[in-house]
Amino acid sequence: MLHDDDRRQWRLEKSALEGGVQELSLGGRWCMDQDLPAAGEVADKLFGDVRRLRLTAGELVDWDSGFVAFLTVLLQHCAAKGITVDQEELPAGVRHLLIMAASVPEQKVRRRGGEDANFLVRVGRAAQDVLHGMPAMLRFLGELILSLGRLFSGRAQFRTGDLWLEIEEVGPRALGIVSIISFLVGLILAYLGADQLRMVGAQIFIADLVAIGMVREIGALMTGIIIAGRTGAAFAAQLGTMQVNEEIDAFRTLGISPIDFLVLPRFLALIMMVPLLTLYSSFVGMLAGLIISTTIFDIGLFEYYTETVRALELKHFWVGLSKGGVYGAMVAYSGCLRGMQCGRSAEAVGEAATSAVVTGILLITITASIMTILYYRLGI
Amino acid sequence: MGEAPHIEVRGLSMAYGTYVVQRDLNFTVDKGDIFVIMGGNGCGKSTLMRAFIGLQRPAAGTVLYDGEDFWQVPPEEQERLKRRLGIMFQGGALWSSLTLAENVALPLAEYTALPAARIREIVSYKLALVGLAGFEEFYPSELSGGMKKRAGLARAMALDPDILIIDEPSSGLDPLTARRLDDLIVELRDSLGTTIVVITHELASILGIGNNSVFLDAETRTMIATGDPRVAVHSGDPKVRHFLTRGAA
Repeated sequence: MLHDDDRRQWRLEKSALEGGVQELSLGGRWCMDQDLPAAGEVADKLFGDVRRLRLTAGELVDWDSGFVAFLTVLLQHCAAKGITVDQEELPAGVRHLLIMAASVPEQKVRRRGGEDANFLVRVGRAAQDVLHGMPAMLRFLGELILSLGRLFSGRAQFRTGDLWLEIEEVGPRALGIVSIISFLVGLILAYLGADQLRMVGAQIFIADLVAIGMVREIGALMTGIIIAGRTGAAFAAQLGTMQVNEEIDAFRTLGISPIDFLVLPRFLALIMMVPLLTLYSSFVGMLAGLIISTTIFDIGLFEYYTETVRALELKHFWVGLSKGGVYGAMVAYSGCLRGMQCGRSAEAVGEAATSAVVTGILLITITASIMTILYYRLGI
Repeated sequence: MGEAPHIEVRGLSMAYGTYVVQRDLNFTVDKGDIFVIMGGNGCGKSTLMRAFIGLQRPAAGTVLYDGEDFWQVPPEEQERLKRRLGIMFQGGALWSSLTLAENVALPLAEYTALPAARIREIVSYKLALVGLAGFEEFYPSELSGGMKKRAGLARAMALDPDILIIDEPSSGLDPLTARRLDDLIVELRDSLGTTIVVITHELASILGIGNNSVFLDAETRTMIATGDPRVAVHSGDPKVRHFLTRGAA
């Protein structure tokens, strides 16, 4: 099989010798930047009743890993067919590399869970994972409750300075994004409400809608979702990176509870700051409602203010604040849980952050539904 | 005028802001050398490596590859020079979202026109070279520290680089695994003629595989010895002698 005679091209020549011996002469340039032949095809075409193959490379001009990879595959095919291969005439460097590549036999290993599975099996496994994940979630909740118990009995191992740092991080630094989102949500709520109420000549009730809606429900819900995306993900990434760097193991080996030291300040910071952010969000939303009502729907400033004050009762604030506190606890729980459960790779940190946000929003939605129904039943 | 040295470090100083880590480094590395950059903890070995591989611009001086000044050539030339280098980072620095096969295949897919089947063959061969045949579909997180280092070496060798730069090949490995990795480095040099720069403070590696070296001193923040490390054991400089004999001389 003679290809290009050019020294810059690879060449492969076959010749039959006596006694079932064939010679494969490899010449020219065998480098990765060329379209090298497939060793499997060469093996299939060359051998009939060959018992021995002699490899020569007298006219070899240049070679690299492409050549050695070709020979590696060729030798595997020969071994499978029981053909003995003489390699003595190959360059010494090539022979050494072939010996090194063959020195550790291929490991017949399977990745854990790496086998292919059909859709139903994958769904089943995902459901199993969720089910098997429940005890870990409950265990973490238990550890957190015990840690809170140690806090109230003055035995928790955490630094007050860390709590202040977390408070600053999750509270004042979140004001910007909470302001923007709450303003826009208030604006949408006022606009949609006013458009409908105008049809029955009751625009003034925009003030009631926006005030009660923002203070009781939407302020807390929007703040919870913003904090889940902003702070929950950050908690998971911070704690996950600490897992990767074995910092959490170091706490454990020193007998310091990582729950006390790392989770508790984050948890406390969120349950303290989210109600305050909720209150702030409600006021920003009401401000947006006021701006829309007075500029677009011709409601007087004093009129809107009076209607808002009339509509709001103290219990609405307590409802909003309690929801904010619970949502803060949900975000802190999910962020810290996923961070502490994180694997030991960069990819696992990303997965932990994503999972923290998803879990946080899911928990917020579930608790929001439960609390809304509960408060309705209680007449609050 | 003779041929330019394979690698030449000329008047190199490295700094972080105003803090100088190493200054006035001058040495050459010949083709086929196993060149050891050695010194105690914090002396600036890894910082020097960053200047070698284009990750950190020196405060002064430069690095020349076959006479080409890495820090003076345009960015596209720098990229071409970088492709002549294979780098094995201390912990392997494998991309955790890719399998071992994908880690080794990525440079081949990016910089060669090889069809996928040829790339698979080369990847299998490279992993076999470092004793990881059969681990193609494993993710880095599923490997031990030693296996990660070997996989990092396979990736560094993917494009058959002229120069292989290896950061702390033996650290954190048991003596037998470390010895096997050292043997592999020597085999690669002997078989492929690859020039190998090893950054290490492991005495067994320094004396076992290095044929040329530079000793960086953390105190004076400059080099205080060059040459064959087995000769440097008997160096006139007490710091070098002390280091290479574990304080016995």
